[in-house]
Amino acid sequence: MMANKSTMKTHHEPLFHVVKRDDMSAGKAWLVRISTIVISFIFIGFVSMVLTGKNFGEAFETMFLGAFGRIFDGRMTMLWKYLQDVAILLALSLALTPAFKMKFWNCGAEGQTLMGGLASIICMIELGGKMQTLPLIAVIAVSSIAAGAIWGLIPAIFKALFNTNETLFTLMMNYIATQIIAYYVYIKGGGSNVINPVPYGNFPTVGDNDYFVNIVIVAVITILMFIYLKFSKQGYEISVVGESQNTARYVGINVKKVIIRTMVISGALCGVTGMLLVAGKDHSINTNLVGGQGFTAILMSWLGQFNPFIMVFMTGIVIFLKLGVAKIADDALLNSSFSEIIVGFVILMLVGCEFFIHYSIKFRHNKKEVKA
Amino acid sequence: MTKQPAIELKNITKRFGKVVANKNVNLTAYRGEILSILGENGSGKTTLMNMISGIYFPDEGQIFIDEKEAVITSPKDAFNYKIGMIHQHFKLVDVFSAAENIVLGIEDGKYDLSKSKTEIKKICEQYGFELALEKKIYTMSVSEKQTVEIIKVLYRGADILILDEPTAVLTPQETEKLFNVLRRMRDDGKCIIIITHKLHEVLSLSDRVSVLRKGEYIGTVNTAETSESELTEMMVGKKVDLNIQRSEPVDSVERLAVNSITCVDRTGTVVLDDVSFTAKSGEILGIAGIAGSGQRELLESIAGLQRLEYGDIFYYDPTTGKKESLRDKTPLQIRQMGVRLSFVPEDRLGMGLVGNMDIVDNMMLRSYTKGHSMFLKRKKPKDLAMKIINDLEVVTPSASTPVRRLSGGNVQKVLVGREIAASPTVLMVAYPVRGLDINSSYMIYNLLNEQKEKGVAIIFVGEDLDVLVELCDRIMVIGSGRITGVVDARNTTKEEIGLLMTKSKNAGKENE
Repeated sequence: MMANKSTMKTHHEPLFHVVKRDDMSAGKAWLVRISTIVISFIFIGFVSMVLTGKNFGEAFETMFLGAFGRIFDGRMTMLWKYLQDVAILLALSLALTPAFKMKFWNCGAEGQTLMGGLASIICMIELGGKMQTLPLIAVIAVSSIAAGAIWGLIPAIFKALFNTNETLFTLMMNYIATQIIAYYVYIKGGGSNVINPVPYGNFPTVGDNDYFVNIVIVAVITILMFIYLKFSKQGYEISVVGESQNTARYVGINVKKVIIRTMVISGALCGVTGMLLVAGKDHSINTNLVGGQGFTAILMSWLGQFNPFIMVFMTGIVIFLKLGVAKIADDALLNSSFSEIIVGFVILMLVGCEFFIHYSIKFRHNKKEVKA
Repeated sequence: MTKQPAIELKNITKRFGKVVANKNVNLTAYRGEILSILGENGSGKTTLMNMISGIYFPDEGQIFIDEKEAVITSPKDAFNYKIGMIHQHFKLVDVFSAAENIVLGIEDGKYDLSKSKTEIKKICEQYGFELALEKKIYTMSVSEKQTVEIIKVLYRGADILILDEPTAVLTPQETEKLFNVLRRMRDDGKCIIIITHKLHEVLSLSDRVSVLRKGEYIGTVNTAETSESELTEMMVGKKVDLNIQRSEPVDSVERLAVNSITCVDRTGTVVLDDVSFTAKSGEILGIAGIAGSGQRELLESIAGLQRLEYGDIFYYDPTTGKKESLRDKTPLQIRQMGVRLSFVPEDRLGMGLVGNMDIVDNMMLRSYTKGHSMFLKRKKPKDLAMKIINDLEVVTPSASTPVRRLSGGNVQKVLVGREIAASPTVLMVAYPVRGLDINSSYMIYNLLNEQKEKGVAIIFVGEDLDVLVELCDRIMVIGSGRITGVVDARNTTKEEIGLLMTKSKNAGKENE
């Protein structure tokens, strides 16, 4: 038996051990997160210096230009485009948030958004020219919200009734949606596999700005979502179900109803985003409409701690990096993947810094001699 | 015989974040003795023992084994130092037999079960264990499982044994059996450390007692030279009156009648078998039984959380005098019927409260649906939270602190406070003082007594038989989902209840 070993190995105290901490104040935690972002930016600056031969300041100037354009010269086009990109990613993050708060891991933002977009484009093509623009937009809104909601409702029903795994289910629904879009584009594209921009049912331009309506809609959703989650009874029920289904049952909340209702809201908001992308931006559709942002939004929702206003900040940074680094890559004739690598790196840093917020590392200490 | 120190702790300190679980603890345990580590819940007993058994590593201080310094970084290291710990929650493979569990994980080359069995039998004979080696774990009672755990560490050659609250789940008879075995091990020269908060066990079993309070080492006394009141004072830091008040029930009428209910769980096992009883107003009905005998299902059936196969539950409304059936009603429907049923469940943070929400939001759980607005009104819950914090002396930084950050006693005060604030006519409490310090426990007893005097029908599921006998008016004993007896708490003994607790189990054995 191993306990009978006569010689004992000499043990050393381990070099370090990880200790859970529970006491970091919110302010300090934010300091850690902001520092992480600053450090990441410094790192990106150095990488850019090495790759492009520019100095540190120029690297950031390039990033700034890539994201915001020459706003100091009064040219706002790039800035509006930046805000539009933030709005779309934010809308998706907001759409996922009620589901995530309920601990329903909706990984189907891509599919739900595609279906919303599909509903929009169908209305634009089939009803375009037969209706006034404003009534047409109303029809587009109703049908894309419904389409997104249905795509969210299906996995919710299976979860509520049969407890199926929602992560896999929503992911699979993405593939189905992609194939439906591919098929639709094949039919309507007439061999070229491209649908030309449809001139009907487009969101109006305000001034000379194409994206103004999109940005305003998302801003309103942000505020409404904050109020819904924090001050409404339904938002409270979502929190209770997410924290503990047992507690929810104990106080008489109908858990199945809450799951289904919340996923309908989540899917419907994805549907809205699909409409913003199709009627408000592209006026067309393809399978790459959402472009993986449905997955980036999962991280944004988490990093924003399910708080819509923090999500504004997080999406703002990520889109800034995406556009800014793309500009650097462009100037240095680098592949566009460079931008994705950098964005991925920063997100990884942000996720990683949460570890240090929740745990601390204790190194081996010098032992004081204790008299025997 | 000169005493030889088996294990010595010097200046051990362990912190979890801001919380100091152990602070400069010094402790010695000798061979051939039983040492009790006595302390209230949260005083750091288990943390201390976890450092000896390699689960935690001390932040400061040293451990000496046989007067040589030892560094224990894993449970395997602890085994090498011949330290064996028997945890409160058993770590056994259900589908394996006792013998298989005992040899599991030993890396000594050959796997020879029959040879091992002879060795195990020798250990059993030596110390007087009764164990069927071929029996599968899932068919075993809690006390048999505990026996397997003890033999497991003995088989690995442990001569320092640590038992964490070993009697929490045992009947009085099983406890006595365990103590006899432990005494024989002591006489064999082993060092036995038991962690406990039950005073009478300390007095009847151990040679010496070391007391911890709030993570600090208070002192060690010889059991023969101490008394219950001295130990309590060491443990709590001040004198405590250990008597529980009990008044005579006044104008007791039937409030709740459970009529031969039967429930099955998800696997189809019968968890409640033809259970009938009544709960009367102004009376505390105690429910005693081995953990997991159907107590939880019984309370959940009444609360509308458990589907009934057969039977019915009736509520006698004190305002209208009507008799109403609660069968197949959801908790919401029960409330809408005007039944003021309050329920303090066993799982406080997983069922009664939401750990990540603050006290105010937890107050709302019961009342948030009131009113037609789609928005929450936090004014009343906030007032209620402040009232409970003041009245029940809840220690919390503020009303907006997440309840999971509160200590066990304060969590329970918040939960009980909310349930009582609903001015119930029936109050069900499950293990309301589990994990609570003495002062909080007595506050809960007093609150229950107050409710009883107000005419509330109280159903109290408890584990400490001493408390049940002192507090309740009637005690109903449940065993394997059946009611095995109802006794008058004023004229009964722990032993009588203990026998009833195992009655159905013994009946089953005769049929085997």
